[in-house]
Amino acid sequence: MPELETANTTTESAVNGRYFVRFTRQQRYMHAALFTSFLGLAATGLVMRFSDSFWARKFAAGVGGFGAILFLHKLCAIVLTIAFLIHVKEVFQRGLLRREKGIFWGSTSMVANWKDVKDLFGHMRWFLGLGPKPQFERYAYWEKFDYWAVFWGMIIIGFSGYAMWFAPFFAHFLPGWALNAVLIIHSEEGLLAILFIFAIHFVNTHLRPDSFPMDMVIFTGVESEEEFKHKRPLEYKRMISEGKAESRLGVAPPLWLLNFSKAVGAIAIFIGLTLLVLTLTAYFH
Amino acid sequence: MNCAARKRARSRIRNRIFAVCVAVFAIAFAPIALRAQADCLACHGDASMTDSAGHSIAVDGQKFSSSIHGSLQCTSCHADIKDYPHPEKIAPVDCKTCHADQASSVSGSVHANASDHPCTSCHGVAHYIFPKDDPRSNVYPLNVPKTCGTCHGSPDLAKKHGLPNVYPLYMDSIHGFALSKEGLLVAANCQSCHGSHNILSHTNPQSPTYKSNVPKTCGTCHAKIEADYEQGVHGKAVAGGNLNAPVCSDCHTAHAILQPTESAFRMQSTPICGNCHKDKFSTYRDTFHSQLGSLGGYVETARCWDCHGAHDVRPASDPASPINQANLVSTCGRCHAGANASFVKYQPHANARDRKLSPALYYIRLFMNLLLAGVLIFFMIHTILWVIRSRYSQVKSRAGNGGKNA
Repeated sequence: MPELETANTTTESAVNGRYFVRFTRQQRYMHAALFTSFLGLAATGLVMRFSDSFWARKFAAGVGGFGAILFLHKLCAIVLTIAFLIHVKEVFQRGLLRREKGIFWGSTSMVANWKDVKDLFGHMRWFLGLGPKPQFERYAYWEKFDYWAVFWGMIIIGFSGYAMWFAPFFAHFLPGWALNAVLIIHSEEGLLAILFIFAIHFVNTHLRPDSFPMDMVIFTGVESEEEFKHKRPLEYKRMISEGKAESRLGVAPPLWLLNFSKAVGAIAIFIGLTLLVLTLTAYFH
Repeated sequence: MNCAARKRARSRIRNRIFAVCVAVFAIAFAPIALRAQADCLACHGDASMTDSAGHSIAVDGQKFSSSIHGSLQCTSCHADIKDYPHPEKIAPVDCKTCHADQASSVSGSVHANASDHPCTSCHGVAHYIFPKDDPRSNVYPLNVPKTCGTCHGSPDLAKKHGLPNVYPLYMDSIHGFALSKEGLLVAANCQSCHGSHNILSHTNPQSPTYKSNVPKTCGTCHAKIEADYEQGVHGKAVAGGNLNAPVCSDCHTAHAILQPTESAFRMQSTPICGNCHKDKFSTYRDTFHSQLGSLGGYVETARCWDCHGAHDVRPASDPASPINQANLVSTCGRCHAGANASFVKYQPHANARDRKLSPALYYIRLFMNLLLAGVLIFFMIHTILWVIRSRYSQVKSRAGNGGKNA
C-alpha cells in the first residue's frame, strides 16, 4: 500500500518527523508469531495447570473441554517450535555461514557482555538517584535477559512438553522418573515464563512511563528520531558516526498500522493481565 | 348367615339340580355370584353416590370384576354388612384377614404405621387392585417407582422424616432409564433392592440395604461383579466386618447410579476414592492424569480404577492386580500405545514434596521454585524502582519537552 505508507497521517510527536527502522519485517512477524502462540499456550496451559480452579473448568467447557484445550496447546506449541527453528536457522546462517558481524559479539549482539553488567548496576544506581542514567545500545541488558529467558525456556519447556506428548517414545532414552520430572519442569518453567512476560516484560517494555501505554516499535518497525535518541543514545550515535542514518531512514507508520498495532497490543496486554490475575488467584488460593 | 341368605342358599341348591342338565357347570355360578355383587351395585353402581361426608362410595362393577378380587363377593371384605339396609358407618376393611403374611411383614417394617401407610397407598384403590404382573397394577415393575415416588418424591416427606428425595435421583439413574425409557422389566426398581412389605431401614442389619448386605443385594442381578468384588480388598474387608470399606453404593451411589463410562461418572468418582485414600488422591492430583481429567469434556485420562481395577481392587503384590509389576506394561499400554518397561517406571503417585520418597523430583522442584522466585523477586524490585524513577524524572522535566520521553 504505497499511497498509504507515504501519507503522513501520524500524530506522534516528532521534532523533525524523521523515523528510523529498528526492526525488520521478519523480526516483527517473529515477535507476532511468538506472542500469539505464547498467549495461546499460556491460556491453555494455565487451564491445565490450575484445572481445579473455578475458571479453568468454565474456560475448558467454553472451548469444548479438555480435548480442545490440549489440541490448542499442541497447535500453539508447533507454531512456536517452527518460529524457534526459523530463528535458530537464521542465526546459524547469518552468524556462521555468512560470517555476518555483530551476531555473536559486538554492540548489536544478543550475547551479554561486560557493558551489560555495568549497565545493570548503573541503572539501579540511577533508580536510587545515586548516579547518571546509563546509555543503552541496540539491546539493553533487560532485553537480552528477555531473549535468553525465552531461548532457555523454549528449550526446557519445549523438550519437556514433547517428552510428555511422546512419552512412550522418550521412555526409550529417559529413565522412568524423568517422565515425572518433565511435568514439574514444564509447569514450573511455564509458570515462570507466564509470570515474567505478563508482570515484568509488559511493564519493562510497554507500560513503563517512557513507553506507556505501549512501545510501538516492535509493531511498526520504526521509531521517531526523538524516541530513538532518548532510548538508545549509543545506537543512535553509532548510526550517525558510521554514516548509516540515511540508509536506516523509514517512513512514518501509517494510521491504519498504528491503530492495528494498538488494537493487537491492547488485546495481548489485556489477555496477559487477565491471565496474570487468574494465575495469582489460583496460586494463592 | 341371616334368614334371607339362607333362603338364597337353598334356592341355589335348587338351581344346581336344574343345572345338572346344563352342559357347562360353571356358567350356572356366574349369574349367582354376579347377583350377589349386583345387589350392592344396585346402589353403589351409581357413579355419583357419596356418603354423608361427600366422599365417593361408588364402585365400577365392571372394573371391579376384572380386578384380582373380582371373584369375591362384597361381603367377603365388608364382612360386617349382613343385610340391607346396612348401617351408615361400617368397619374398615382389614386386608390381614386374608393376607396375614404380608400384614405381619408390613407391621415389622419401616411402614408399620398402618394409618400412614394403608395397603392401598401402594396397591391402589381397594376395589381395583390388579395382580403385580398386570400393567394396570400400581406394583407392576414399571409402575413401582411412581408408586413409591408418590411419597418418596416429595420434598415435604423428605423434610418430615429426614429422608432424601430419592425419586428424581432414581429416575435419572441407569436403572431408572432402563425402566422408564426401555421398559425393561428386569431393571432394578425400588422393591428389587428394598423389598416390598418388609422394608427395613438401611441401619437394620436384616435389611438388604444394610451396608454389608449391599453386595449381595446388587449381586442378585450383577452376579459376576459381586463375585469379582468378593475377590478384591474391599470385598474381603467388608466380609471381614470392616464397614469402613466401600460397598457398591459407596462408589456408585444408591439411587443416582450412572453408566460408569459416562463422563459425569468419571468426573465424580475419583474424589469418592479420595474420601478414604486421601494421600493417594492428593498425589494423583499433582499428575498429568488428574490435571487434564478434571477439566471435563475429555474423560479418557486415567482415573483410579483404570489402573487399579474397579470391583476386584487388589494390592500391587497380587499377581492378578493390574498394577502388579508384571502387568504394568499391559495396563499402561491400554492408553499409552508403545509403553515399555522404562515407561512404566513413571510414578503415577509421585510426591515431589517428599524428599525421602522421590529425592530427584524433590530437588528438581526445589530448583525450579528457587529459579522462579529468584527471577521474579529480582525483576519485581527492578521494575518497580524503574517505574518510579522514570516517572519522577519525567515529571521533573515536564516543562522541557512535554514529558513524553523525558
